[in-house]
Amino acid sequence: MAEQKPKLKMAVYWGAACGGCCVSVLDVHEALFDVVAAADLVFWPIALDTKYQDVEEMPDGHIDLTLFNGAVRNSENEHIAKLLRQKSKILVAYGSCSHLGGIPGLANFSTKEDILQRVYHDTESTTNPGNLRPQQEYEVAEGVLELPEFYNDVRALADVVKVDYFMPGCPPQTARLVEVFTAIVTGAELPYPGSVIGAGDKAQCDECSRIKSDKKKIKKFYRPWEVFDDGVTCFLEQGLLCMGPTTRTGCDFRCIQGNAPCRGCYGPTPDANDPGTKMMSAIASVIDEREPAAIDKVLEDLVDPAGYFYRYSLPSSYIRRKLS
Amino acid sequence: MEFNPKIMAFLCKWCSYTGADLAGTSRMEYKPNVHPIRVMCSGRIDPTFVIKAFRNGADGVLLCGCHPGDCHYQEGNYKCLRRYHLLKKYIKQMGIETERIKLEWISASEGKQYAELVNSFTQTITELGPCRVNETMEVLT
Repeated sequence: MAEQKPKLKMAVYWGAACGGCCVSVLDVHEALFDVVAAADLVFWPIALDTKYQDVEEMPDGHIDLTLFNGAVRNSENEHIAKLLRQKSKILVAYGSCSHLGGIPGLANFSTKEDILQRVYHDTESTTNPGNLRPQQEYEVAEGVLELPEFYNDVRALADVVKVDYFMPGCPPQTARLVEVFTAIVTGAELPYPGSVIGAGDKAQCDECSRIKSDKKKIKKFYRPWEVFDDGVTCFLEQGLLCMGPTTRTGCDFRCIQGNAPCRGCYGPTPDANDPGTKMMSAIASVIDEREPAAIDKVLEDLVDPAGYFYRYSLPSSYIRRKLS
Repeated sequence: MEFNPKIMAFLCKWCSYTGADLAGTSRMEYKPNVHPIRVMCSGRIDPTFVIKAFRNGADGVLLCGCHPGDCHYQEGNYKCLRRYHLLKKYIKQMGIETERIKLEWISASEGKQYAELVNSFTQTITELGPCRVNETMEVLT
């Protein structure tokens, strides 16, 4: 019966990403044959020899489903994001980087100049006697070579184009991808465009299996190596920072099952406008001190609050970048 | 043109808002730059409110609650105090001057102190100049 139905056309693309999202697609393992039976992969740079030109030649709306992973860091990412938006019926921001900015988004603590200076001049392993910097255009005998423009700001996909659905995770759980993919292939009713799919609406803490009491009182924050984790008690109650209170479910508690506190890759719960401030609110309220000096002492252990609370979400928070 | 700062104030219903009200009913004169918002308790002041105020163009944010030990809900002002300390640490990392947020305890009888606080905080923010958050976030570079 699959023969009668036209096959779904699917594309996967990476912007500023580590490649882990593409690997999470491959992680369907042998179910990849079912995917290929239901869908034609028309564009997927990590796995197929397809060119940008192939996409440019497609008619508008030709691709049924595009999974775009990675943030928008340079002009190439932006160009392809716009191109794929034009050619796709459903564009999914796949993974933390395209959903909220992700780890590459932490570059918003620095400026373009800071980064180029560090990479091409200051790193301990760099020898650059000619003080060379990459140029956008370079003339050689064969013609002009071009490099994409490196932007000052890292952006999430939705800041560049209209996104139909967001699939959070670093990377998204393959099981969630299979669920979403099956829903699209079978023509099941999809949620309202702009929604987060493949994740729950509750906070991690609501469904976490660790034992929690109501007495969350912290006198000192510890680094994971400083605590002998008993494997059952709530991380926060042991003084370990855990993003559970404000992070969506959907990841099947992979980190927590592996005895590591949640890092927040599934992004904030639906009612949190800003990913980090909600968490700051929660963390500050469990500190068991009342004197300003004592509070500051406890907070000394939070060495990098901005980096911690916005680890995956800096470009889509209210204060998107460090003021320079 | 002279810089006229925009300041948001979150005042708790039980002490600080009543204190601000007292300043008004006592016909005290103070700077008109502060836009007060009444909240049920200083413990209700979510850090999101403060950050969103900056994002929407506030130059300073004032937080006021009952004196320690006087909270109508017993613990709210202590929670506010801890959030304030964490927020200051966060905004410093983002390159915003920590003087732009201020927490003060104002009781219902301290109308005069409220008026003085508004004047001194407006003075601080005027000296600091406009907050660049909104302007920086508007432009993508």
